[in-house]
Amino acid sequence: MMRRSMAVLLIALSAALAAAAVSSSRWQQVPAVDHARSNPLAGNVEAAAAGALVYREHCQQCHKADAMGDGHKRPALRSERIRSASDGDIEWFLRQGDLGHGMPTWSSLPEAQRWQVVVYLRSIQ
Amino acid sequence: MEDTILLSKSLKRVLRPGCWLAVWLPVLISAGCGAQDKPYFVTYSHDLEEPGNLEIETKTALATPDGGNSYGATAMELEYGTRAWWTTELYLDGQATAQDSTIFTGWRLENRIRPLMRDHAVNPVFYVEYENTSGADKTILEVTGHDGQADLAQPNGALRRDHQHEAELKLILSSNVKDWNISENFISEKNLGHAPWEFGYAVGATRPLRSAASGRECTFCAEKFIAGAEGYGGLGDTFALTMRDTSHYIAPLIGWQSPKGARLSFSPGFGLTGTSLARVYRVGLAFEFEQVGNWFHGSHGGGE
Repeated sequence: MMRRSMAVLLIALSAALAAAAVSSSRWQQVPAVDHARSNPLAGNVEAAAAGALVYREHCQQCHKADAMGDGHKRPALRSERIRSASDGDIEWFLRQGDLGHGMPTWSSLPEAQRWQVVVYLRSIQ
Repeated sequence: MEDTILLSKSLKRVLRPGCWLAVWLPVLISAGCGAQDKPYFVTYSHDLEEPGNLEIETKTALATPDGGNSYGATAMELEYGTRAWWTTELYLDGQATAQDSTIFTGWRLENRIRPLMRDHAVNPVFYVEYENTSGADKTILEVTGHDGQADLAQPNGALRRDHQHEAELKLILSSNVKDWNISENFISEKNLGHAPWEFGYAVGATRPLRSAASGRECTFCAEKFIAGAEGYGGLGDTFALTMRDTSHYIAPLIGWQSPKGARLSFSPGFGLTGTSLARVYRVGLAFEFEQVGNWFHGSHGGGE
């Protein structure tokens, strides 16, 4: 009985650790070179307006107009996770996506438009 | 010039109301959502449909084979994003030939799967398709084996007697480099009843006319246009792996994304060999419906 309880405890602990690792490791996967990239459009008001249009066209359908997601599989983009990321992290994630979790890769968007989305996301935090 | 006038006159007869309905139906029923795709007609890039979205697209090929009548052949695609890494597509094909008939020529079911979950320098996609078409299918969505314009010149009555149950496999390799998309497709096709494996290729490159988006709504601004070119042709079959005795085409491309969500594309293709059609004009029209899966779960997911 004791051995069985220990096994259940270990499995639960492992699952919790794995979940924590997945949620915290997203930005840790970003290569240092991308993490350090600065946004050439940072602080540009026009870029934020353009980013809003790109967001509306491509991102809003999942993350919603208020960028709060659906509270389930489509995460909020006004969040601590975004605030804690560098511009380079976010641009990298847009480019890479996460196909296994439903996030398309946006490498098909021109790089300038990805940076515009980053400016927009910064502006709504 | 005379050819163009002749083609234009023939097409007026060819494109009957049924065809136009097929072409414009997506416009009439559209929800007006955005779509972002390359204007390729034959080549595939590694872009997949966004999960939950449905894109309806028509691709029409207009041509006049030597010794045959002008025709317009339309493939209507229903493309659904099953997962972010998996897109499923159903094609319904038909054609109308001048001084002949307007017929349904079959259907195709395809799946495209990205095996790698991240973006890389070169991104592979596996493409698997089953085709149930007749020999009268003239959409030319790929060229394989020893395909040539002679296959397109016979009367529909004779062509449709040939039923084709085919499996098609493609290896799609695609890269996005500095706002350019460069894609290469290797095609193999097998008639399941008989005949050897046939091979073909398609390569293409596209780029938006402007990288950055405007900060205001606009209809004809440069970033709404994508231009490029594609080339495609046959590579023979298992008996004769060759680029001879088959068709090869080069085709400039232009695509326009309307603010209301429609995507128009146009491509004049030029045959490079005697067996190729001299010219094939292609017109595409696409609409994307966002998050159609939600329509059946009580909430429309297309943004609020």
